[in-house]
Order: sequence, then C-alpha cells, then structure tokens
Amino acid sequence: MPMDFKTALFYILSAILVIAALRVVTSRNPVHAALFLVLAFFNASGLWLLLQAEFLAIALIVVYVGAVMVLFLFVVMMLDINLERLRQGFWNNLWLGGPIAVLMVVEMIAVLSTRSFGLEALPAPAAAAADYSNTKALGVAIYTEYVYPFELASVILLVALIAAVALNLRQRKDTKQMNPAEQVAVKAKDRVRIVSMPVEKD
Amino acid sequence: MNFVMPDLYPASAEIFLLLMTCVVLLVGLFAGKGRHWLVYLLTQLTLTGCFAITFVTLDGQAVTTFSNMFVDDLFADFLKLVLYPTVAVMLVYSREYLAARNLDKSEFYLLVLFATLGMMVMISASHFLTIYLGLELLALSLYALVALDRDSARATEAAMKYFVLGAMASGLLLYGFSMVYGATGSLDIVEVGQRIATGSGNKTVLVFGLVFVIAGLAFKLGVVPFHMWIPDVYHGAPTAVTLFIGSAPKLAAFAIAMRVLVTGLAELAEHWQVMLTILAALSIALGNLAAIAQTNLKRMLAYSTISHMGFMLLGILSGIVGGDPRFALNAYSSAMFYAITYVLMSLGAFGMILLLSRASFEAENIEDFKGLNKRSPWFAAMMLILMFSMAGMPFFVGFFAKFAVLQAVVAAKMVWLAVYAVLFSVIGAFYYLRVVKVMYFDAPTDTAPIEAPRDMRFLISVNCLAVALLGLLPQGALEYSIYATYAFLAGH
Repeated sequence: MPMDFKTALFYILSAILVIAALRVVTSRNPVHAALFLVLAFFNASGLWLLLQAEFLAIALIVVYVGAVMVLFLFVVMMLDINLERLRQGFWNNLWLGGPIAVLMVVEMIAVLSTRSFGLEALPAPAAAAADYSNTKALGVAIYTEYVYPFELASVILLVALIAAVALNLRQRKDTKQMNPAEQVAVKAKDRVRIVSMPVEKD
Repeated sequence: MNFVMPDLYPASAEIFLLLMTCVVLLVGLFAGKGRHWLVYLLTQLTLTGCFAITFVTLDGQAVTTFSNMFVDDLFADFLKLVLYPTVAVMLVYSREYLAARNLDKSEFYLLVLFATLGMMVMISASHFLTIYLGLELLALSLYALVALDRDSARATEAAMKYFVLGAMASGLLLYGFSMVYGATGSLDIVEVGQRIATGSGNKTVLVFGLVFVIAGLAFKLGVVPFHMWIPDVYHGAPTAVTLFIGSAPKLAAFAIAMRVLVTGLAELAEHWQVMLTILAALSIALGNLAAIAQTNLKRMLAYSTISHMGFMLLGILSGIVGGDPRFALNAYSSAMFYAITYVLMSLGAFGMILLLSRASFEAENIEDFKGLNKRSPWFAAMMLILMFSMAGMPFFVGFFAKFAVLQAVVAAKMVWLAVYAVLFSVIGAFYYLRVVKVMYFDAPTDTAPIEAPRDMRFLISVNCLAVALLGLLPQGALEYSIYATYAFLAGH
C-alpha cells in the first residue's frame, strides 16, 4: 500500500519526537537536554497540525518554546548543576526500576498494538468546513461550556503566583532599599544644611 | 452558540470561599506586621461562613451546574460539612506553633484556603476535568505549604519529593482519563458510566486506562506501592502542615475515588476490585510492619496512615459482589465512616505533637512523650484515647470504623481478607501501645510545663473526647455516612 504524504509526515515527525524525548533524559549536558525538549515540542506541534488543531499547535510553540523553554534555559545556564551527583543513585536503583519500566513498556505495547487502537476502532471525524475557525471554536467552548474549569485554571495560576512569592521573597536586613516617594518628596533642607559662620578675619 | 448563565446557587459555598480568599489576600498584603491575627480571624470567619452556606443550602436533591461539571448532592454536602471544621480545627492547633517559628505569614492562611477550595472542587466534581483541576489546586497549595519553612533543608527536600512524585501521579491520572475519554468519548462521569453500561467503549482500552487511574488515585491516597512520599513528607514538613496533609485531603481523595470508580467505572468493578484488594492488602501489611521500626512519631503516624488508607479501600472494594450491588450502601458508608474517623483521630494525634512542641523544640519523637502522665495526666489520657482508638481497641471510635469495614468485607464473602486485616491490626496495636507505655511507665526526660493557648487545649480535649464518645455512641456518625452514601447511590 503506498503511503500518502500525510502518513509519511506523521511517521517522520513521530520518529524525531521519540528520539528527541529520549535524548532529553539521556543527554549529559542539561543545555542539550533543554534544546532537545524544544525539538520535541516542535514535532509535537507538527503532529497537532496534522490533526488540524492549528491553534493548539501555535500555542505550543509560542507558550512552551517561546516562553517556558527560554526561561528554563536561563535557569539551566545560571545554576551550576552537578549532573554527576544527580546520576549517583541511578545504578543503585536500576535493579528495581529497570525491570518495572521494561514490564510497563511491554504491557503498554501489548495493549496499544491491539485492534482496539486501530483505524477501524477510531474512525477519522468528518472534515470541517473550509471557513471553520479552530480558534473561534476553542474560544466559544472555553467561555461557555468550559467556563468552570477555565476559572479553576485561573485560580491555580493565582496559587502558583502566591506560592512563588511566598517561597522566594526575602526581606534581607543588610540590603539598603530606596523609597522613591521619599526621594521625590525630599526638600532642600533635608539635604543641605546652611551654617552661618562668622567671617574669618586675619 | 448561546451562552446560558450557569446556576450559581449550588456552588455558592465555593464562590464565597474564593471571594473571601481574595479579601484575605488583600488584607494580608496591607495589614502589615503584627496583624496576623486579622488574617487568621478572617480565615476562620471564611470557613464558618462556608459551613453556614453549605448547611443552609442543604437539600436532598442532587443538582448539577456548569454544564454538568459540578454536582451538589448530599454526599458532597456532608463531606464538606466535615471538611470545614477539620480545616478550622487544624488552624487553631497550628497557630501557636507557626507563630513560634515565624511561619504565620498570611501566605500560610491563603494557601490553606486555596487547598480547601481545591478539596471542595474535588468533592463536588462530576467531570474528569474538574477532578483533575481540583486535585492540582490542592496539590500545588500543599507543595508550597510543605516548602514554606524555607530555611529547613528537610522541609525543602520533602517538598521536592512531594512535587516530583505528585506531578508524576497527576500525569498517570491524566493518561488514564484520556484513555477513558478515548474509549467512551465523554469526560462527564455519569455519562461515562452510562456509555460503558450500554456497551459502547472498548473494554481493553477502558481497563488499560483504569490501571493508570488507579495508580494515580493510589498515589493521592498514599497506599502501597505508591506510598514512598508519605513518610518523608510527613516527617519533613512543619508539623502544622503535616497535620493538614494528613487530615482533610483524605476526605477529598475518598470522594474522587468514589466518584471515579463507583459512579464512572462501576461496570469495571471486577477489575478495580482486584487492584484495590492488592493495594489494600499490601498497605495494611507494610504500614503496620514499618511503623513498628519508627522512633519518630511523625513517621510512625505516616506509616499508620498508609495502613488506615488500606482499611478504607477495603470498604470501597467490597461494595459490589459479583455484579450484585446489594451490599453497596453498607460498604461505601463504612468506607466513608472510616475516612471521617481517621480524619478525627489524625487531627488529634498530630495536634498532640503540636501541643507538646515549643519554640525551637519539636516533640516529634516517641521519646518526647516519656512520662507525659507525670507532666500532665489529662493530656496523657487524651493521647491514650487516640492511640487506643487508632489501634482499634473496642469502644473507641476506631474500633467501630474497623468493625464496619470488616463487616462489609465479610458480607462480600472475602473472609480471608478480613482475617488478614485483623491479624495485621493486632500487630499494629503494638506500636500504638508502645506510645501509651512510654507515657505512663517511663520517667519524664523533659519537665517543661505544657504551654499552649487555652482555645487549643480546649479543642484538643473536645477532639479526643469526641473520639471516645463516638466510640460509645457511633450510631449518629454511622447514620450520617449512610445518609450521604444513600444519596450518592441514588444519584446514579
């Protein structure tokens, strides 16, 4: 059976995605790992484009690659992470973790490769009309049917904000702080003291 | 598409809580130093208000709103009515402890309120999406609370472990939900149940998803083999936070376990019963055996939590016997009774640690309870009640909780499982009784008088006396759970 272009593209993107994801966890250099994660995100967004989820594909690039990964790279570059120390426990725990991981992978392959996940079981949905707007459909769904989860997600973001401040804001006693209001309101007499001195005569 | 304004009335307690949390946020910002009592008072008022709202809007009907994502039934209301006092009592217990360690920042109260909101969302969730969001809201607040003591290396380590494992468990849960969605085409729990019942949805895919859902739920409940985080987090977190993690979230975890398994995936009961049996059997064994080896009371109570959660699972798993749901009411209400009882006992036990702690001293080792009888006969007696109840001694409430669960297990014709559970709780009685022995027969090493604010002394006494009194008159609390479970079962 000849493969059409979309199927070929799917396999290419998936293969790169899997390899990149593997390299994220195996590469020794954290900067390389972060860059491989970017590659993985790009391929995942390509897969979403194939599924005609354009908005999500773009959002993945903009949000994850554009914002999250850049921040992540900053952190990785600023911190001196000693990877050797992180890897210390690896061999000690492999005897337990390895077999369990292998077992899970084998089981997942056994289930996922059955007919229940085949094309017959999951037929493709009808193609959308030419003027169908993905973004509009998402927006309508989020602000009507899914307004409750949407609000909850906003509360979660608020918690993240508060938690980040609570964990990081430190009032150090030895730092000198400026108070702009006081600086602006300063009067000449606060800064300069005019002392009247008798003229010295020889 | 027209936007229909959702009915906000059923969710009024949640909305009130969220609004008040924003008020607390602003008050905490502008109140300035030394005004923490204001934030504390507002937090307590908020919880009281929520209690009043839930109580006033209580009616027997199950109402759904927000496109069926939120359900307000008697089951949810009853659990919430237990949840608010739990959080309020926990705040009373922790106040002095936090003040002595400079942790009574307004962020603590904010995060507790947000976590409470998360639990309420979980309790009222009737949609996989809201279950997940409520869970994340709770978990995110808890991670931050554990790490709140920034200068403690142990707390930071505990928070990291909790965060990494919690994120993985959320991933497992989501993967499971996505499989269920793939098989049934719906995320609405009731609808998922109906679609599976009518035979749509591939069984292989569903069971595959179920495995991941169970793994995620097991992590949140902290049952073996997903228990690794419990001892470290309980030990590492500030005791006030341990008290919080060890009490109220168990109610919410129980609620989502019931909603997902009993409402949504009831048709797969034969599969999840086997899984839960293994989890429960392992938890009861490991929890009780590992607790014996502990010298730290917080770790000991952590392992005892694991075995208690195993017991609670026994109640959930014995609901449906070979497709016959006749025993469901009995079994599920016994599990709910167990959860409520456990929350009451763990509030008291961690409260005792807080009671004996002072500035720069943590009474977290079993040794620190040596000769408590000589220092304060009253509180030694209170601790005795708690330990006896946790061990399942007759005529304390813990006994009736275990009894009700075991009765359900026997009714489900799993006598061997009941015998097994009893054997291990006898082994478990050893470490509870060791605490009692240390309190009454050892000479005190620490002679400092017990200093605690009057409201805390009073509440902890009420807490422990309730454990004793409910043991003598368990009828009311049992009926409470039966009503709630009845409404829950009638709802689908």
